[in-house]
Amino acid sequence: MATATATPRRAIECGVPDNTSFLHPVLKRNYGNWKYHDRPRPGVLHHVSHSGEEVWSVRAGTQRQMDVHTIRTLCDIADTYAEGHVRFTIRSNIEFMVGEESKVAPLVEALTKAGFPVGGTGNSVSMIAHTQGWLHCDIPGTDASGAVKALMDELYHEFIREDMPNRVHLSTSCCEINCGGQADIAIIIQHTKPPKINHDLVANVCERPAVVARCPVAAIRPALVNGKPSLEVDEKKCICCGACYPPCPPMQINDPENSKFAIWVGGKNSNARGKPTFMKMVASGIPNHPPRWPEVSEIVKKILYTYKEDARPWERLSDWVERIGWPRFFEKTGLPFTKYLIDDWRGSRASLNASAHIRF
Amino acid sequence: MDKKMHPTPMLDELESGPWPSFVTGLKRLAGENPMVVDLLGQLETSYRTRKGYWKGGTVSVFGYGGGIIPRFTELKDADGKPQFPDAAEFHTLRVMPPAGMHYSTDILRKLCDSWERHGSGLIAFHGQSGDIMFQGVRSENVQAAFDEINELGFDLGGAGPAVRTSMSCVGASRCEQSCYDEGKTHRTVINSFLDDIHRPSLPYKFKFKFSGCPNDCMNSIQRSDMAVIGTWRDNIRTDEALARKYFAAHGLNDLVNDVVNRCPTKAIRLVKATEAKAGPSVSMVKLSDEHALEIENRDCVRCMHCINVITGGLAPGADKGATILVGGKRTLKIGDLMGTVVVPFMKLATDEDREKLVDLAKRIVDFFAENALEHERIGETIERIGLVNFLEGVELEIDANMVATPRTNPYVRTDGWDEEVARINAKKSQAA
Ligand code: HEM
Ligand code: SF4
Ligand code: SF4
Ligand code: SF4
Ligand code: SF4
Repeated sequence: MATATATPRRAIECGVPDNTSFLHPVLKRNYGNWKYHDRPRPGVLHHVSHSGEEVWSVRAGTQRQMDVHTIRTLCDIADTYAEGHVRFTIRSNIEFMVGEESKVAPLVEALTKAGFPVGGTGNSVSMIAHTQGWLHCDIPGTDASGAVKALMDELYHEFIREDMPNRVHLSTSCCEINCGGQADIAIIIQHTKPPKINHDLVANVCERPAVVARCPVAAIRPALVNGKPSLEVDEKKCICCGACYPPCPPMQINDPENSKFAIWVGGKNSNARGKPTFMKMVASGIPNHPPRWPEVSEIVKKILYTYKEDARPWERLSDWVERIGWPRFFEKTGLPFTKYLIDDWRGSRASLNASAHIRF
Repeated sequence: MDKKMHPTPMLDELESGPWPSFVTGLKRLAGENPMVVDLLGQLETSYRTRKGYWKGGTVSVFGYGGGIIPRFTELKDADGKPQFPDAAEFHTLRVMPPAGMHYSTDILRKLCDSWERHGSGLIAFHGQSGDIMFQGVRSENVQAAFDEINELGFDLGGAGPAVRTSMSCVGASRCEQSCYDEGKTHRTVINSFLDDIHRPSLPYKFKFKFSGCPNDCMNSIQRSDMAVIGTWRDNIRTDEALARKYFAAHGLNDLVNDVVNRCPTKAIRLVKATEAKAGPSVSMVKLSDEHALEIENRDCVRCMHCINVITGGLAPGADKGATILVGGKRTLKIGDLMGTVVVPFMKLATDEDREKLVDLAKRIVDFFAENALEHERIGETIERIGLVNFLEGVELEIDANMVATPRTNPYVRTDGWDEEVARINAKKSQAA
């Protein structure tokens, strides 16, 4: 392996690369001049330009964390069956652009044969936006890639079809920071016990005032423990958010037994129809059960298929719940509505029902 | 190289099933690279114990303060020796993607070859912030790995209290809804902040995201401190041939249920084709010889729904630009915040327009640097000081588009009212 050079090279601060040389020639020629698109089949987009030129994009799912051999396989497919240009979507799908319709079928076949599911377009369940987990983060309560692989195995058929009422975006996050982001259905670690503090290490590792300032409920205060400067947590106040853990790893929040999963629904970033919405917590207390997290899949599928069955065309999950109401959501999904789902954070009164609107 | 594989019974279970398996990929790399053998060993341990074993540290490249995510193993035996020594250092390079995440196979192959030489061979396309994440390199190889990637025309992204890596949607390159040149705008803005990306010195992170229309494919409203969302001021454009095609395929029920009734502001009306007509603010399109749609564009909030359903038949107007929103973020510390409007509309058609956006972004980041508390996002600063103070600080005029409703409580001192009205009137007559 190469070693670092003796006199370090000065970086070229080139910033964001110019994408012009990477663009498919049809995209380059018709930049800013597209007229409409349709979807000849799931996983394939067909765009038509005002100039009359057309382009077909074939979308396939990937594992996101890819070894170079997988990437080279995708490149081989792009060179043999497509035209040497690809792009990735925000959900880690890869797209191959071709200028002729006749190339679509062989490309789809090559991808399918190589094990890359073609789909993720239109009203499908697209790939799960996810994070790092045990593979690479320093604060994870669970894994990301593995949980996603397990769930996508189960949702494979919803990825390659377009059978949902509207598109469905999923995300997973391995701590409450929620790098995975807002989604129609999101799966997020929820700690249930206050951090366990290793008092021997706090003084050396943690900048105590910064840690105190990090706590959203002011539950942390400086304290002397066994004669050493440390921190203590008012466990009655603590909401187990884990915010103190990144700046102070001796405040261990992850707990193999007591860190659970919560499920959130109804996040929507698009402005289409109603304004964008935040997702809401609808289930918690689900065990962290690698390598396949079956209890999580069970609830996600229950919500997903209830939505599929019940929602009308173009209703995103949030639109559907807006129509049927939360009581019916819990009734239909069979999920228990508990006191923990009533918000008590600042501004929470806005989430209460300030009306006599009741569905019977 | 054949370092013996550690048994990985739990990870092995993730090799079956139809979805592509990252475990299979890692195993393929392990055949060539002892680092990945040990990575699998540590990951299997995490699966067994349900604990993470990485800790951060400081690793950087010459001249930069950020962009590398250092990872050192904490899984050590009684003598403090790493249990999986070949993966004891497993750092990530965050590398900024080209706008729209377009690549040629040629550049992907070069990046792969380089990473195979210097690192683990594992690459994530992409992190949720948009970075290409080159995962797994030892400290001693970080500089060489970066040098090669840098020579290929790529640069490190942000980490820590810095301007972060950004993303833009596919937009103008392949989407009919695009309302500005997302790629050029993304690149112009971000490349004006390279110092703030490479040398973290802000109170906390600051993220930009660029979406070409209100569908907001980049999720900019919830996930960026400054969101640039394309929109238009004039009337929705129509194409009768495509509108007729939609209607022929879907019929009246779908049209009423899926389009007319789902318009959030009831701006769309179904009218008789013989009586339908366009007006200064009314778009009209015939769907058949009997039926037509009329859209009152003054009532339309540019939500995109009808345009998504009848794509091409209806289209964004021609007087395009963007809405700027500030303050989106996830929970920590005060709770989730959406971005909110600070500029209802600005043109983004020329280099000059884009320079105005850069100028605004600079004022906002400067304000953030000077006024935010440590570890506070700009949305939290605005929540603390009020939108009006923020607007004054960055020299933006207030606008009724910035609120969902005017205030609902009387807790405000209003003895400056008359002067404020006079100031606004003076400004108006000056502009006229
Ligand atoms: C030690 C602390 C932290 C580490 C190691 C860390 C690490 C990361 C990593 C690796 C990613 C990319 C994830 C991926 O795409 O795979 C990420 C993204 C993200 N992080 Fe952090 N993070 C930390 C703290 C935080 C905090 C405190 C917040 C919020 C207040 C936060 C919010 C986010 C968000 C929202 C994203 C997604 C980016 C986006 O929306 O574009 N992170 N973080
Ligand atoms: S969600 Fe939390 S644990 Fe997972 S990658 Fe993000 S910061 Fe790390
Ligand atoms: S877990 Fe959260 S609430 Fe509890 S002490 Fe830490 S920061 Fe405070
Ligand atoms: S945000 Fe709008 S312009 Fe950009 S890709 Fe999505 S639909 Fe197209
Ligand atoms: S884009 Fe305008 S007219 Fe169309 S549904 Fe949305 S608000 Fe109504």
